[in-house]
Amino acid sequence: MRDTIAATVSLVYLARLREAFGASHERVEPPEDVRTVAALRTWLAARGGVWGIELAPDRAVRFAVNHDLAQPDTPISFGDEIALFPPVTGG
Amino acid sequence: MPVRVQVEEFDIAFELATLRAGDPRVGAVAAFIGTVRDVNDGAQVATMTLEHYPGMTEKALARIVEEAKGRWDLYDALVIHRIGTLAPMDPIVLVGVTSAHRGDAFAACEFIVDYLKTRAPFWKKEATDAGARWVEARDTDDAAAARWLAPSKAGG
Repeated sequence: MRDTIAATVSLVYLARLREAFGASHERVEPPEDVRTVAALRTWLAARGGVWGIELAPDRAVRFAVNHDLAQPDTPISFGDEIALFPPVTGG
Repeated sequence: MPVRVQVEEFDIAFELATLRAGDPRVGAVAAFIGTVRDVNDGAQVATMTLEHYPGMTEKALARIVEEAKGRWDLYDALVIHRIGTLAPMDPIVLVGVTSAHRGDAFAACEFIVDYLKTRAPFWKKEATDAGARWVEARDTDDAAAARWLAPSKAGG
């Protein structure tokens, strides 16, 4: 049996995505086969509604894993903090 | 190698004097100051609110500065980025670098700004006469950052 605490990741939503999702963070338990940023995106988009819209393949969404910018093939592990946000606009 | 995120306005003269202080090797100080414009994408901007991703921001800025130091001969570098609500003409960001010569200083300063605009987790939301809106990232910023992808040391 999986440890339900150890099997979670923390999601952080920033800027426009925080407003769209109506939450700044949540803890989720991805299935065993969700082990990359791309797989996580697909899994979250499957929630449908605003998730399906904002995380559709043609939408520009950036990910950071443990505070480092990530690519679609970046691996994710239990305990990671994974942030989702629009392309940055500072400076 | 100071990197700071703050609400308060920064004192440009003080910050650059501090950056340069006590190092007689410095022959060039280059600085960039980004400020809030009153019109963006055709709408009058009343205020702009900047948010960031605490924890990642400092790490991302420090990494950009380290990369600049690896590419050019710099003595020191400074990045101060403001968050919170700002009005037109307010300063947003200060980037300063010190070097022996202007070539390295100019190039490194521009590099840091270009990378900051595409890699540091800040977002702007404008209050305009047409309502509030998130600023969209510009392709021209990606193109500006991409110019630096082929690493090169600036000439003396």
